[in-house]
Amino acid sequence: MSAFRELVRRDLLLAWKEGGTVGVALGFYLVVVTLLPLGIGPDLNLLMRIAPGVLWVSLLLAALLSLGRMFETDAEDGSLEVLATGPLPLEAVATAKSLAHWLATGVPLTLLAPLLGLMLNLQPEAYGPLMLSMLAGTPAVSSLGAVGAALTLRTRRGGLLLAILMLPLFVPTLIFGIESVRAASLDSAAFLPSFLILCAISLASLVLAPLAAAAALRFQLQ
Amino acid sequence: MKLIAEGLTSIRGDRTLFAGLAFTIGGGEALLLLGPNGSGKTTLIRTVAGLLAPAAGTIRIEGGDAERSVGEQCHYVGHLNAVKSSLTVEENAKFWCRFLGGREDRVEEALAAFGLAALRDIPSAYLSAGQKRRLGLARVLLAERPIWLLDEPTVSLDSAAQDMLAAAATAHLAAGGLVIAATHAPLGVAGARELHLGRAVEAA
Repeated sequence: MSAFRELVRRDLLLAWKEGGTVGVALGFYLVVVTLLPLGIGPDLNLLMRIAPGVLWVSLLLAALLSLGRMFETDAEDGSLEVLATGPLPLEAVATAKSLAHWLATGVPLTLLAPLLGLMLNLQPEAYGPLMLSMLAGTPAVSSLGAVGAALTLRTRRGGLLLAILMLPLFVPTLIFGIESVRAASLDSAAFLPSFLILCAISLASLVLAPLAAAAALRFQLQ
Repeated sequence: MKLIAEGLTSIRGDRTLFAGLAFTIGGGEALLLLGPNGSGKTTLIRTVAGLLAPAAGTIRIEGGDAERSVGEQCHYVGHLNAVKSSLTVEENAKFWCRFLGGREDRVEEALAAFGLAALRDIPSAYLSAGQKRRLGLARVLLAERPIWLLDEPTVSLDSAAQDMLAAAATAHLAAGGLVIAATHAPLGVAGARELHLGRAVEAA
C-alpha cells in the first residue's frame, strides 16, 4: 500500500514541478470556452442552452491533451520497467497513475468549470450540479484514458490515435454528464437519475479500466 | 538460494536468439553474459526480470521468497536509468527506495556508495551521463533484493565509478546475492562465470 501511495505522490510532485501538462489542459479549457461565446454571439438564451454541453465537451478535450503523457514519460526514461518489477501489480500501477492524473488534471478542470460557466450564462442553480457531475465523471475520464494511453504508448505522435480510440469510451460519460447538468437547470428533481448513472459509469471504469490498461502495458513491455 | 533456468528459448520477430538455454547460479555467484551485439543479452536479462515471456522454458528460484515472483526478487537496471530529470538526486533515490520497499536510511548509503552524496540536492537534469548512470545503479542498494540484473552497467562510467560498481557487486556477492550482468567490459568481480550467447545459434 505504501508503494501505491508513493507512486501517486511522485506523480503529483512531477505534475507540480513540470507543470506543463496541467497548465496546457487548463489553458486549453480556458481558451476554448472563452472563444466560443465570441464566435456564437451574445445571445444569452442560446448560450444558456448550450453551456452544459460546451463545458463538458471542452473538459473532455482538455483532459485528452494530458492523457497521452500518462505512461509515456515513464516509458521514455525506463521507470516503467522498474515499476513493472516492483511490488505493485501493473493493475495497481495503472490505478495509481489514473488517480494521480485525476488529482492533477480532473480536479483543477472541475474547479475551473464554474468560472467558465459565468461566461456561458449558466443558470445559478446549475453550478452545484455542474461541479458534482464533473467530480463524479472525471474519474471515469482518467481511468478510461489510462487504457488509451497504455495502448498508444509506443505509437509516435499517438495523440490522434488516442483521441479516436477514446471517443466511443467517453461518449457515455459525456451524455450523462451533460444530461445531469441540463436536467438540473430545468428541474432539479431530474438531476438524480443521470447523476447516478454517471457515478455508476465512473465506478465501473475504476474497476475495469486498470485491468485493461495493465494488459496493454504488459504487451507494450514485450 | 539458486536461480535455475531450463530450456529457455526466445524468438524475437522470426529470429531465434537462443534455444534450449540452461544455467544455474547459486548464492554468491556472478554470471557474465557475453556475446556480440544482437546476440540476445538484453533479451535474456529482460526474460529473467519477467518483462518478456520466453517462447519456451522456465525460470525459477529455489530457496527464495515463495510469495514473490522471480521478477519481484530482481533489481533490473536496463539501458535506461529510470531517473526523473525534474526531481533532485535525493528525491529520485527516495522515491525508488520507498516504492521498492527499502529502508529510508539506505538512501544515504546508496548515494555515498556511488559517489553521489555531494550532488544530493541537484536536479537530475544537470547530471552528466555517467552521474545519471551511477544514480540508476544506486537503485540496487536502495532495497534488499537477492538478484541483480545489470544490462551493460559500465556504459559511460569512468574508472572510479567502475570501481564503485565492482565494490558494490562484490559486497552483494559476499552477502550471498546473485549478479547477472550483460557486459562488454569486465565487471571487476572475482570468479565470475561466463555465458557466451550467439555462438550456438550462429552454428545452427
